[in-house]
Amino acid sequence: MTYFFQNVINALQWGSFYALIALGYAMVYSILMLFNFAHGDIFMAGSYIGFGVATGLLYLVTSGFFSLPHWLILVLTIIISMFLTSFLGILVERIGYRPLRNAPRASAAITGLMIGIILETGNLALLGARRLGFPSLIMTKTYEMGGVFVTNKKILVVLVSLGLMLALDQFVRKTKWGMAMRAMSYDFVVVPLMGVSIDVIAPLTFAIGSALAAAGGVLYGIAYPVLDPYMGILIGWKAFVAAILGGRGSIMGAALAGFLLGFIEIFVTMIFPSTLRDLIAFSIVLVILTFRPYGFFGKPYSAKLRL
Amino acid sequence: MLLEVKNLRVSYGNIKALHGIDFQVDEGEIVCIIGANGAGKSTTLRAISRMVEVEEGTQMTFMGKDMLKYKPEKVVSELGISHVPEGRRLFGNLTVMENLKLATFARKDTDQIKKDMKRMFSIFPRLEERKNQEAGTLSGGEQQMLAVARAYMSAKKVMLLDEPSMGLAPKLMLSMFDSLAEISREGTTILLVEQNARLALKFAQRGYVLETGNLVIQGKSKDLLNDPEVKKAYLGG
Repeated sequence: MTYFFQNVINALQWGSFYALIALGYAMVYSILMLFNFAHGDIFMAGSYIGFGVATGLLYLVTSGFFSLPHWLILVLTIIISMFLTSFLGILVERIGYRPLRNAPRASAAITGLMIGIILETGNLALLGARRLGFPSLIMTKTYEMGGVFVTNKKILVVLVSLGLMLALDQFVRKTKWGMAMRAMSYDFVVVPLMGVSIDVIAPLTFAIGSALAAAGGVLYGIAYPVLDPYMGILIGWKAFVAAILGGRGSIMGAALAGFLLGFIEIFVTMIFPSTLRDLIAFSIVLVILTFRPYGFFGKPYSAKLRL
Repeated sequence: MLLEVKNLRVSYGNIKALHGIDFQVDEGEIVCIIGANGAGKSTTLRAISRMVEVEEGTQMTFMGKDMLKYKPEKVVSELGISHVPEGRRLFGNLTVMENLKLATFARKDTDQIKKDMKRMFSIFPRLEERKNQEAGTLSGGEQQMLAVARAYMSAKKVMLLDEPSMGLAPKLMLSMFDSLAEISREGTTILLVEQNARLALKFAQRGYVLETGNLVIQGKSKDLLNDPEVKKAYLGG
């Protein structure tokens, strides 16, 4: 039984990563009907940006410019990385996707893959092939509760992720930008007739999605402190699968499916050898999609493409 | 002259929808464009809203400004031209109130927004009753009210109306046109396109007849109502 709860905690942690990344896929899809296939690499970039921010802040502290407790450096790292990475998202939208808004969807998909490769190889060219170690900003503390071991890092990952998801939910529900996003997900063609510029809402959506991916990247770096340029590929694809599983374009669905995927993976390794993890986990996803082809919250719905 | 359109040409791929039409709308007028299905009525409104690309040689000026320099959202927020599109196109996942609020996205005149909102609720009390209901759950008549109110909230110097009578029972149709007349009396210029020619000509002061992409007849509404050709083709004899 303790073994079970131990795995629940691990599943929550992995689910948090998937959910944070899946949200970016779902948000962009919901307003522009395209999947940003560079999103996994934006997660990677966010992690590297977090590495840079954390290293810089630590350097400033150790050389005595100012003194900050390490937990505050961690908080600042998350916030600054989210902020900086959001500009990467804006750039990707502006350069990669905006010129293709009326192009066939396949062109946008290919562009996303290309941008991903550019980010990966650009990183290789800039920083070299060696892996980087994410600075350990907080000491790992392990708590024991009835035989179940929980580290402070796992708690951090889950709580920060949940907090960000709640904030996103409030933003989408309560603000006028969130309202515009919801409107766009319903019928993006008429949105300009409301006096709302798609060229404002689209970059904003990319910015928020990228910021969430960056938060995921920093948290990932704290939990698994080895960074390499290809770290975003597999986790990005898995988050993409979660976004599909949640229902194309459903924000809530993406978050829930992210956690579900985390649970499926962890519980598969409870029973089977871990080399079979992805095989079995994705087979389960495939079976679910066979019976629910639109995912959990997706609706069979075809958008009107012009006025 | 408020709105002046010269040589308006629009094509969808190889199909020419408008072959270079000229028309104008004066301040405070109600003008209608009537014509059969596929004549190019909706396309004309879309061109004014800049929602479709126009071809070389087209001139559109609004209060002396070259409209071709404006993006669709700026036509609404800067020029003050709103558009009730064909099929209403409400945001069915948003509440009535959210639909109205979204239309004020670019507006900064908070006090006037409140007044406009009040005005719409006094013209369409049903909308106030249902303000927290999702737009997708409204009846056809209520949806049409919301479509008009939403456009009014976005801009009210000129309103472009695409078939406001569509799908409405005769009684609702008449009350919708009464409401539009009220909006017009308060200074909003209205350009509407209609298949229901008799209703449109009774409501408007002037009218144009559009036939397969060309304006063929124009004149005062009461003259058009008595025009033998218009009578034969559009008013049922």
